[in-house]
Amino acid sequence: MNQTEMKKIAAEVRKNIVRMTCAAQSGHPGGSLSAVEILVSLYFNEMKINEENVNDVCRDKFVLSKGHASPVLYSVLKEKGFISQEDLMTFRKIDSEIQGHPNMSIKGVDMSTGSLGQGLSCAVGMAMSYKIHHQDFRVYALVGDGESEEGQIWEAAMAAAHYKLDNLVAILDFNGLQIDGKITDVMNPTPFDTKFKAFGWNVIEVDGHDYDQLEAAYTAARECKGKPTLILANTVKGKGVSFMENKANWHGVAPKPEEAEAAIKELEEQING
Amino acid sequence: MAKIATREAYGKALAELVSENENIVVLDADLSGSTKSGMAKKVAPERHCNMGIAEGNMMSVAAGLAACGNTVFASSFAMFAVGRAYEQIRNSIGYPQLNVKICASHAGISVGEDGASHQTFEDLALMRGIPGMKVICPCDAVEAEAAVKAVAAIEGPCFVRLGRSAVEVIHDENYHFEIGKADVLQEGRDVVILATGLEVQEAMKACESLKAQGITPTLINIHTIKPIDAETIVRYAEKAKLIVTCEEHSIIGGLGSAVAEVLSEQCPRKLVRVGQRDVYGESGKPAELLHKYKMDSDAIVEAVVNNLK
Repeated sequence: MNQTEMKKIAAEVRKNIVRMTCAAQSGHPGGSLSAVEILVSLYFNEMKINEENVNDVCRDKFVLSKGHASPVLYSVLKEKGFISQEDLMTFRKIDSEIQGHPNMSIKGVDMSTGSLGQGLSCAVGMAMSYKIHHQDFRVYALVGDGESEEGQIWEAAMAAAHYKLDNLVAILDFNGLQIDGKITDVMNPTPFDTKFKAFGWNVIEVDGHDYDQLEAAYTAARECKGKPTLILANTVKGKGVSFMENKANWHGVAPKPEEAEAAIKELEEQING
Repeated sequence: MAKIATREAYGKALAELVSENENIVVLDADLSGSTKSGMAKKVAPERHCNMGIAEGNMMSVAAGLAACGNTVFASSFAMFAVGRAYEQIRNSIGYPQLNVKICASHAGISVGEDGASHQTFEDLALMRGIPGMKVICPCDAVEAEAAVKAVAAIEGPCFVRLGRSAVEVIHDENYHFEIGKADVLQEGRDVVILATGLEVQEAMKACESLKAQGITPTLINIHTIKPIDAETIVRYAEKAKLIVTCEEHSIIGGLGSAVAEVLSEQCPRKLVRVGQRDVYGESGKPAELLHKYKMDSDAIVEAVVNNLK
């Protein structure tokens, strides 16, 4: 898919992130908006996932380790045709499948996540399975920068390098903010590059909103043999909605209807130029 | 009677299972020699993965392996498998109902000399609280082997509690094990003793002493703590004046609590719980500890005699 098409999809995804969190009056828009380009490029150009294989037990897989960014995952799965627009709008509501955090019962969701630190380990397990059974699939995990304060992230990092999981790519959504403020103020988990290198990973730093850089990193990850790859993606929390950008207080707060309207107007102006 | 630890039987069963089924993967956290999961490594080294001393990671890795179609056995000592990694079991394995079998050894006070930090009395309580988790506590080597094969044959999360110490083999090779179906070992009229795990051998000894005193007990081995066989428990409780539960676990949250729930809702009877009485253990020999903490056959006899008065 070319970048013009991906940009259109990204704008739709961003509008749905705003719409669904607004409809629920609950959810996490900031860290969803920062990961839009990462997920759009994964789902539309990198991973082999489509209507034919979506229900297969073994295929390329994606784990949203920072599960609270579920609106971006659900909105991308909607663009893939796995979730309807109608269902999307039941996000976080009673009797809905579209839970606050990802649940494997949803078509296209590969792992139930939400408790931080666990998803990367789950992705390690998937990548180990493909190694054990000699299956040529790849596994991708989106990890939060704040999430990396969890010790389990480093247990997973150690295991991934130990088992030489070159079929595993972790993408770190480095937006610099967590719910209580700047990650460097709350509990500084940086530097990520030297830490992951010291744990035995191949590390590639990119602009997490730049499709060329993301795709070059995915390609470089495929070519790197014998070690897992970390794509350290520099991102902007709240990206695309001016009043949400770089604001920690948009981590877990839903836009009010008038704010959602303003955000959608802004996003439409971005597509229509 | 021969004495074999249930963890030995686990290792033996696991070695058979991995040789028969290529989709079984075994994880351990640097204790494969002690949990006996290492016996599977000799048969299928490529499907036995040591995850190091990182139990939380191991449980989430198990979930990822299961999400790709594997039946996963994950082992460590009960303290670390369940205590350290409780939330990973709850959220990564339990919530999506993934096919992971947590086989935790060195449970209870019979760990012995390692002392309080390693003696788990809360594992049955923690695992029983997870929706959809089957909780099994085998009493001897025959039952442990059967239980391990039974959990491998069903889908979904299971917890199997295994012991360090050798225990008497009370079943023979004709024993039929069924998850959720209580095992009636002897029938009497005065008291119903419900025991699980290592306590079954203690309860059997207690039954001999009681019979010598003219008290005839019913003894039922409750190997499945969840789903508990309420039907069998109620059937025997209806005719009984006294029920005694025996477990090498806290009296809070384990077999005693599960039986109390059944009785109070369906068939109220006097219940006495033999088990760890809301205190930590200490170092010592298993037999000394069972005696000191009142979980040996003498304690069971005392509980029956004092409460039948």
